[in-house]
Amino acid sequence: MKIGSLMNLSIAMQALRVNKMRSILTMLGIVIGVAAVIAMIAIGGGAQQRLQEQIASLGSNLLIVVPGSIIQSGARLGAGNAQTLTEQDARAITTEIPDVAFAAPLTRSNAQVVFGNTNWATNINGVYNDYFDVREWNLAEGRFFDQGEITRFGKVAILGKTVSSQLFGEDNPVGQVVRIRGIPFEIIGLMESKGQSSQGQDQDDVIFVPLTTGRNRLFGEPRGRIARVGTIMIKAQEGSDTQEVEARITELLRQRHRIQPGMENDFQVRNLTEILKTQEAASKVMSMLLAAVASVSLLVGGIGIMNIMLVSVTERTREIGLRLAVGARGRDIMMQFLVEAMTLATLGGAIGVLLGVLISWLVAYIAGWSISLNLLSIIFAVGFSAAIGIFFGYYPAKKAAKMQPIEALRYE
Amino acid sequence: MALISAQNLVKSYGQGDLEVRALNGVSLDIEQGDFVAIIGASGSGKSTFMNMIGCLDQPTSGVYELAGQQVSELSVDALADVRNRRIGFVFQQFNLLARTSALENVAMPLLYAREGPLSNLTKHEQLAHAKHRLEQVGLGDRLSHTPAELSGGQQQRVAIARALVNDPALILADEPTGALDSKMTIDIMHLLRRLNHEGMTVIVVTHEPEVAAYANRVVTFKDGQIIDIHINDHPVGKSEMAQAPL
Repeated sequence: MKIGSLMNLSIAMQALRVNKMRSILTMLGIVIGVAAVIAMIAIGGGAQQRLQEQIASLGSNLLIVVPGSIIQSGARLGAGNAQTLTEQDARAITTEIPDVAFAAPLTRSNAQVVFGNTNWATNINGVYNDYFDVREWNLAEGRFFDQGEITRFGKVAILGKTVSSQLFGEDNPVGQVVRIRGIPFEIIGLMESKGQSSQGQDQDDVIFVPLTTGRNRLFGEPRGRIARVGTIMIKAQEGSDTQEVEARITELLRQRHRIQPGMENDFQVRNLTEILKTQEAASKVMSMLLAAVASVSLLVGGIGIMNIMLVSVTERTREIGLRLAVGARGRDIMMQFLVEAMTLATLGGAIGVLLGVLISWLVAYIAGWSISLNLLSIIFAVGFSAAIGIFFGYYPAKKAAKMQPIEALRYE
Repeated sequence: MALISAQNLVKSYGQGDLEVRALNGVSLDIEQGDFVAIIGASGSGKSTFMNMIGCLDQPTSGVYELAGQQVSELSVDALADVRNRRIGFVFQQFNLLARTSALENVAMPLLYAREGPLSNLTKHEQLAHAKHRLEQVGLGDRLSHTPAELSGGQQQRVAIARALVNDPALILADEPTGALDSKMTIDIMHLLRRLNHEGMTVIVVTHEPEVAAYANRVVTFKDGQIIDIHINDHPVGKSEMAQAPL
């Protein structure tokens, strides 16, 4: 059969050209719908991608134990005010809970770091090498602490990227000496950049010293048998249930700290991975919700097309009669209007994709949100709008095809 | 053999006591190259008859043959094909596509050509063919004008060019001058006369005796039947045609 879709396309394009303003307004519904869907998926996808990056940068299966609140003279002090955790706790967690891969103790402080005539206020973290295992954090230059430095409170330091670039610019800091609280420290390593944490902190703005050095030379704590630490970072074995590990740690520390049943913990176990995963799930739900709302506007756009096509069919009854009289079959008329509706919808969809991509970029540029455009959602949006064209164009087209030439020609 | 052969055509609506016969046993033969006017008051059945011979409608009973083809039993789609190949329609209200050029209007029926020499034309060839037909009706200089930019007479000429574009066996004009003033009426009837002179079979449905005067034969309808067939000895415009072709 010769009556191809190409011919229908040219008839449709002609009809749309003839009613330019109406065609544009009809398309607008689909344009807005598709643009909204694309932008929502891009923005939602971007938020999820960012969360996933944060999970990756945090290290997987991570738990953190921080001191809890204690009661001093009847006043409840906030979490972290007391030092209730010890290195022995960390060691016990590693040895007694099989699912724990590492339990790295950590003590934090702040200090001004001086090099030559520049200085920089930063975090001083006292750690052992297992901390870097927990965080899955690698050296960019130099080496980690050796055993001698740990036992003899060696005056050595490993810099984070931010501190290094503040003090040394682009130069390699390894081998240089900086002063922390007046004490000279030799720089033995430089960490890779880790970027922002999930709370938006710069994780690279940090100097690592051996925990023993920190305790004995910098943090001003009494020497003694009980080695207090600020927090313990724990990495559970791959594939283990972090919630189960969390419960085991709680149980173990309650025993070690001799906390009676019914009494409040003097520590808190935070399951960081779980928190981020919850956030991710929430953002997924949110973006699906947004996409669903945007889809409603697609539906409304489709109904707009049906509305205009019905008007168009009625208005062009005589044209339909004429076409039938000169030899068009019902099928031809049907195809003509179907193709017209589909052209409207697909064209609107294509414009909507452009607009959606533009909006996404603008959001990324102005609000600084990360976006994730994926080809699949674009193809889906265009395909879906064509389907809307067929679906909502079918009824008006069928109505047109059923007309009788004599009555259609006489229609006033 | 006659181009059109209608035998005892009946078209009735309703059933039993309520039955109304729009056509009540009409028989008529029209030869190739004839110029026939069909007249009658409204409700006389002349429009129904025209719909029959135009293959727009099927008779309730009777036999209708167009160019030797039994039409009265064809399917709806086959009827559409017959209309496309054999018949050129001219309507009272011109029925041109608005905001569409004269050339596109004339070429439109070619889109639906499924068989015959005109069915495989490229878009370019279709437009060339349409241009030729527009030149034939004297509108070679108005190709890109839209209907709104043309006078009533010119619009009807475009419609006639459209009727010609499929190289039909006959032109079927339903009140072609009903919407035109007397000067334009003369203009259009002369054009139809000339086309007939060039060999086209023309059938005009009208209620104006002045228009019917152009035809070789005048068939009068009343109450669904033919009551008179009058042969014009001197149809208007025929003698001029021989001397001065337009």
